Amino acid sequence: MTKRLFVKGNEAVAMGALEAGCRYYFGYPITPQSDIPEYISREMPKLGGQFIQAESEVASINMLLGASASGARAMTSSSSPGISLKQEGISYMAGSECPGLIVNICRSGPGLGGIDASQADYFQSVKGGGHGGYHIIVLAPDSVQEMYDMAMLAFDLSDRYRVPAMILADAVIGQMKEGLTPHSYVAPDDLEVKDWALIGDGKAGEQKVVKSLYLGDGELEAHNNHLHAKYAVMQVKEVRYEGVELDDAELVVTAYGSTARIAKTAVRLAREQGMKVGLLRPITLFPFPKAAFKEHTSAGQKVLCFELNNGQMVEDVRLSVPRTDVSFYGRAPGAGSLPTPEEFLDQIRTHYEA
Amino acid sequence: MTTTEMKKVFSRPDSLKDVQTHYCPGCQHGTIHRLVADALDYFGIKDQTIGVASVGCSVFLYGYFDIDVIEAPHGRAPAVATGAKRVHPNRPVFTYQGDGDLAAIGTSEIIHTANRGEKLTVIFVNNTTYGMTGGQMAPTSLPGQKTSTSPEGRDVNTDGYPIRMAELLSGLEGTAYSVRVAVDTPKHVLQAGKAIRKAFKTQLDGQGFAFVEVLATCPTNWGMDPLKANERIAEEMIPCFPLGVYKDATE
Repeated sequence: MTKRLFVKGNEAVAMGALEAGCRYYFGYPITPQSDIPEYISREMPKLGGQFIQAESEVASINMLLGASASGARAMTSSSSPGISLKQEGISYMAGSECPGLIVNICRSGPGLGGIDASQADYFQSVKGGGHGGYHIIVLAPDSVQEMYDMAMLAFDLSDRYRVPAMILADAVIGQMKEGLTPHSYVAPDDLEVKDWALIGDGKAGEQKVVKSLYLGDGELEAHNNHLHAKYAVMQVKEVRYEGVELDDAELVVTAYGSTARIAKTAVRLAREQGMKVGLLRPITLFPFPKAAFKEHTSAGQKVLCFELNNGQMVEDVRLSVPRTDVSFYGRAPGAGSLPTPEEFLDQIRTHYEA
Repeated sequence: MTTTEMKKVFSRPDSLKDVQTHYCPGCQHGTIHRLVADALDYFGIKDQTIGVASVGCSVFLYGYFDIDVIEAPHGRAPAVATGAKRVHPNRPVFTYQGDGDLAAIGTSEIIHTANRGEKLTVIFVNNTTYGMTGGQMAPTSLPGQKTSTSPEGRDVNTDGYPIRMAELLSGLEGTAYSVRVAVDTPKHVLQAGKAIRKAFKTQLDGQGFAFVEVLATCPTNWGMDPLKANERIAEEMIPCFPLGVYKDATE
């Protein structure tokens, strides 16, 4: 029987990454994610891996690019201002189809902002973030267990599609301790040898190039269309979400990550008071669970979106179900703005009875 | 009288492809490419070597070298090379960067990569200008040098001074070898070839970070014909950027 552990979310994501075979980490200290490099700097060398504390976020994402192009499972982690610095490298990774894991334990902004939990980097994460019109895979865990599980899932999806993957969380998920049941990583059957990468497989005379520059007539257009065709496949095959009490729900609450935990409690309280309310929690923020929203609002259900920002994911909800009544309630991130279940419950009651 | 058979004494290195380059007439990237390729041939490491291309005229490295190449963002080649080298410690890894790439936008990466003593070879081509973007002022532009962004000449009071990377990096513990060479004369070409070979040997021997700065022409953006541009190396550049070995901790 596997031992149950009591660990922080930040430690769990690091443990999951190591279990998934990640042996290279490049990062730079920033609150509230420093437990990740601290854990990895201690544990990765024991597994024969390499930990580099880089001189900057810019350098660390480019080290990740180099390690990924060399065929390794590798990762970096940071928090919002640091992720902004990484956007250049993320764009290059997207353009040169380099997989890899980027963990973003968000903090509030803009600018230096604060260190409080925040969901204000949703747009940056799911809409590309850097230049050039691309997407990355974005996963939003809502528990310590999911931080562990999704580190593995992120590597698998990233390798399968050659698209960088981000785990988007915040201090609520990253700094919180709760139970974790570790389990062995099993690689999916469909993952292929990375023969596109500079893996040193001894094929002398076969030059390998990892690049994002395409200058020939039509080349870049074709490359961009190829990238977007992959995103379209992911939209069909890789959407993940959690549904709670959706079957008879008249009001569909939606939230992700830390806010979803609060919303779950609020939905339970609402059910106890006889309100037919369910929760649709997107787990993949990109690809976004558009079809799930269509399915669960097809009988005229209303939607109420909770976020720890001034309204970002709600735009994707509205794009998914344009004829549905979608309301939003959010708190701008910052010290003291984390909503309570009762606060959400009040909102649920107002919209349920409206 | 005896007949002698023709003997081939000079040919294209195996590490270079049999293609024409896009470089301008009189540009010395071609010479420097050849010297790097000679070193790869000499050590027989063509099939193991990873090149990291930077942004600028030399971004098409993979078009000329018959080796594996990763294309890096502007200035970040040393970081990309670090990632590759850590994954493949037994594969030779080199970056090939210009002065805008290495000495302006990439100063942080080059300094810290050297300071970590990464076992890499860096070929730094200093032609005192941004070639690919059309001749703007570079961190290595000479005082008074007219460029498209210093039309009255580089004014050290507002634009600062040419930055001397070979000297700067020689001050770091992690640097095993730092040298400045030129390719303007046959003698200098031979010296440059030896320096580049030594920079690869330093890496192969696991001795630390190896850096070769090569002074080179950019006739197009200097507004000079190839011969005049070549003369500028000795007349203007070498006085500001003296040739020599600035650090050799390999012995």
